[in-house]
Amino acid sequence: MKASNSLWKPRLEGRMPPHLAAEIDVFENEIALKKQGKIDDKIFAETRLRRGSYGQRYDNGQRHDGIASRQLAYPSSDLTKGPSTLWDAPGMQRIKIPFGGLNATQLETLADLAEEYSDSIAHVTTRQDFQLHFVHIEDTPALMRRLAAAGITTREACGNTVRNVTACPIAGVCRTQSFDVTPYAKALAYFLLGHPDCQDFGRKFKVAFSGCRDEACGLAMLHDIGAVGVTRIENGVEKRGFEFYVGGGLGTVPQQAKRFSDFLPEEELLPTTQAIARVFARLGEKKNRNTARMKFVVSKLGIDEFRRVVAEERAQLPHDARWTDWLANVPHEQESPLKPPSLLQLNGNRTPAFDRWHASNVYEQRQSGYVTVTVTLPLGDITSDQLRALADIARKYVRETVRTTVEQNIVLRWVSAGDVPALYKELEAANLAEPGAGTVLDIVACPGTDTCKLGISSSRGLAAELRTRLAAREMEMDAVIRGLHIKISGCFNSCGQHHIADLGFYGVSRNKGGFAVPHFQVVLGGQWENNAGSYGLAIGAVPSKRIPETVDRITSRYLAEREVNEGFHAFIKRIGKAECKKMIEDLTAIPPHETDPDFYVDWADARKYSIGDLGVGECAGEVVTAIEFALTACEREAFEAQLQLEAGRTAEAADTAYAAMSHAALALLKHKLTIHSDDPEKVAGGFREHFYDTQLFFDPFAGGKFAQYFFQAHERRGGTYTEETAHQLIEETQLFIEAAHSCYGKMAAQPV
Amino acid sequence: MNDIEHVRVKIFAEAADFDPGEAIPIFHRWIQEGFGGHLLIDVADYRHVPAGPGVMLVAHEAHYALDNGKNRLGLLYDRRAPLDGDASAKFRQAWDAAWEACAQLEREPALSGKLKFAAGECEISINDRLLAPNTAGTFTTLRPALESLFDGVWGVGTYTLTREGEPRELFRVHARKNV
Repeated sequence: MKASNSLWKPRLEGRMPPHLAAEIDVFENEIALKKQGKIDDKIFAETRLRRGSYGQRYDNGQRHDGIASRQLAYPSSDLTKGPSTLWDAPGMQRIKIPFGGLNATQLETLADLAEEYSDSIAHVTTRQDFQLHFVHIEDTPALMRRLAAAGITTREACGNTVRNVTACPIAGVCRTQSFDVTPYAKALAYFLLGHPDCQDFGRKFKVAFSGCRDEACGLAMLHDIGAVGVTRIENGVEKRGFEFYVGGGLGTVPQQAKRFSDFLPEEELLPTTQAIARVFARLGEKKNRNTARMKFVVSKLGIDEFRRVVAEERAQLPHDARWTDWLANVPHEQESPLKPPSLLQLNGNRTPAFDRWHASNVYEQRQSGYVTVTVTLPLGDITSDQLRALADIARKYVRETVRTTVEQNIVLRWVSAGDVPALYKELEAANLAEPGAGTVLDIVACPGTDTCKLGISSSRGLAAELRTRLAAREMEMDAVIRGLHIKISGCFNSCGQHHIADLGFYGVSRNKGGFAVPHFQVVLGGQWENNAGSYGLAIGAVPSKRIPETVDRITSRYLAEREVNEGFHAFIKRIGKAECKKMIEDLTAIPPHETDPDFYVDWADARKYSIGDLGVGECAGEVVTAIEFALTACEREAFEAQLQLEAGRTAEAADTAYAAMSHAALALLKHKLTIHSDDPEKVAGGFREHFYDTQLFFDPFAGGKFAQYFFQAHERRGGTYTEETAHQLIEETQLFIEAAHSCYGKMAAQPV
Repeated sequence: MNDIEHVRVKIFAEAADFDPGEAIPIFHRWIQEGFGGHLLIDVADYRHVPAGPGVMLVAHEAHYALDNGKNRLGLLYDRRAPLDGDASAKFRQAWDAAWEACAQLEREPALSGKLKFAAGECEISINDRLLAPNTAGTFTTLRPALESLFDGVWGVGTYTLTREGEPRELFRVHARKNV
């Protein structure tokens, strides 16, 4: 930790907002008390999470180095900062940036902090936050003070809190918006920050704003609360409000938000959200975090009942002047340009590189003579040097109007169009003029196995590989391919938002001949447009090393067979999931270890792949076990359910999905006990006894969640399913089968 | 200014076109073998970031990176944990640790001599703006300690020290052996 840590407090005295300074003092005291053993592990963990200080991979002091799982002998080995989380293990610090809005000083502060406490890299997340990795817990108070002096708080960046409130990064300058949602996002973010009604959630709570319905920028449909700006005329006067959605979410099983209101008047935004927060705190699950998101409350009650309960809560709220006192300032909160408008005049400055960049990274604002420039950040990463260069550019060309985006980039708003060539040159000098913003090259990836404790496969390694390969072909790439979106998550938890990509991938593992093999499930049918209008489903798991070929094959097919003006989403729908699966079928094969050991090593890694401490089993041969056959058959069944759903045979799809789960459970039982009855009741009972009660089936982080999916489906079998609930059941089935694969992997590592 | 910590030493590579990705399996092996008795944690690949940290061996005491900062490849030893002694001793320890890694990389059979480090040029920086701002004053204060290091390794009067970078950057001194 830093020798200067204790010096920052007096140095920044008077420069931090008093309430932030006081909060950081409290946190520093809590760190001291934890070191003295006076705070319980679980309580301290939630305490630091609420300050944005998150765990990181290997912080339990265990790491598989490719040969064996070994202890990382941290100095304070008897001291922890949470359950199974060692004190000296590096952690991640998340930094909340409401609606992604930043000024130049804040960019400089982030540059300094990334350099001094992290690894000189600041990472932009899919929630417009920044993340710093490899941070020591004892450095965090100094880091937070320096942020506070720049007007940034990390409060409630993690934990069971209201996470960063996101908004469309071009709100206010967008050509298709109803109105600028920025002041509304800002008002709600700071109203909810630390609000007493938001301190007793069972799970996190996410809010997003969008200025228009059809564009993707705000991704309103996948949030606990999604607010889409709309206007209507009342008594001849235009009135602002929101098409208001609730109960959306990605996570393991994604759910589209439900429309709560066609028009929530602007003055109702804060009180209604407060009422929803109260309802969520009161009715949301607290013990089982797997069913604790608000989407489960909305599902359980149904949207009509949810609306009624919220209205009842709203009626009981004591009046708060803060609900509306900010509204008078909304007209004055508009950003202004630094320079007068101008026209882009190239005067021979054009180069092919400039043209490519200009085509993808420059957006003509609704205000004539101004453009918004996107700074493409590869995998969301930016160096300290680049942040400082960007701060200089933000002062020189715009009035420090900078925002992060959910596509892990940064935008400079209000660039006078005539300045674009000069701005490009300065970005180029800072290595920030990469083209391809919003294109297939602009791949979104969560941290995955690089730093995340939950990562299964290397999402960033794959993203980097795909970027390199696609960039090499960019010049000859067809425009329809260039316009696709690729999103990658390292596991089923959707941080890379794989459900809403044209080509989505999430990390899974498989076993072959006693070795673990990194894979990605291929997710097709998702839609980025229309505020994340639809979610894709997995069509099959492909070895990680064959994903680039998978991308090539699917995109080539689309290019060759698309109908006139047919988008990718429509194309996938037209050819159907069966055909999609057939397209990649041969790519799912895994060559034996002795033939191609590269398949058993993940991207950007050199270690033999493993999950946790999973090692090489004893049967390192080419024998395919009965359970491997059986689980593959279950995957086929799950896919069959998708086809039935696609054909509108909802009840049949639900039955097939349940059968796939039951067969997977039976496969595990037979593997463990040699013989077992295939009667569904006995399968469910046996599975509970041998895999659930023993926790053998438990995921290290999700616990018994996937087993619960099976038990719920078993209870509900033969019941009524809607298209949406059947879709959800199929997702759950896929996850249950993935968990069965993992469980088998664990059993293979410890011969039964 | 003996309380400075977090000394960084960058030894420049002679071959500018070397792909730091070649070091990924080597760094992983160092972890397996416990290179230098250090607590080595993981390998981070930042090659996708231009002029960035390249490939980094993340560790508890100090990170080692085949760093491409300022578009110049080199081995960056980035000290995280405290060092013993006065400023001069701290510079010396960091210098020795950086060269220990450089020498090991130069010896790696897998690199077959492709990676060589410049013996007569380096950068030393202090990763703590509060204790060591990038000012002429810091340079004046730390110059004797830096000279103590380079007098010892290169010889008295055989080198030039130049403070580099703007005030916002880390305190950074470029050292070059006179030809």
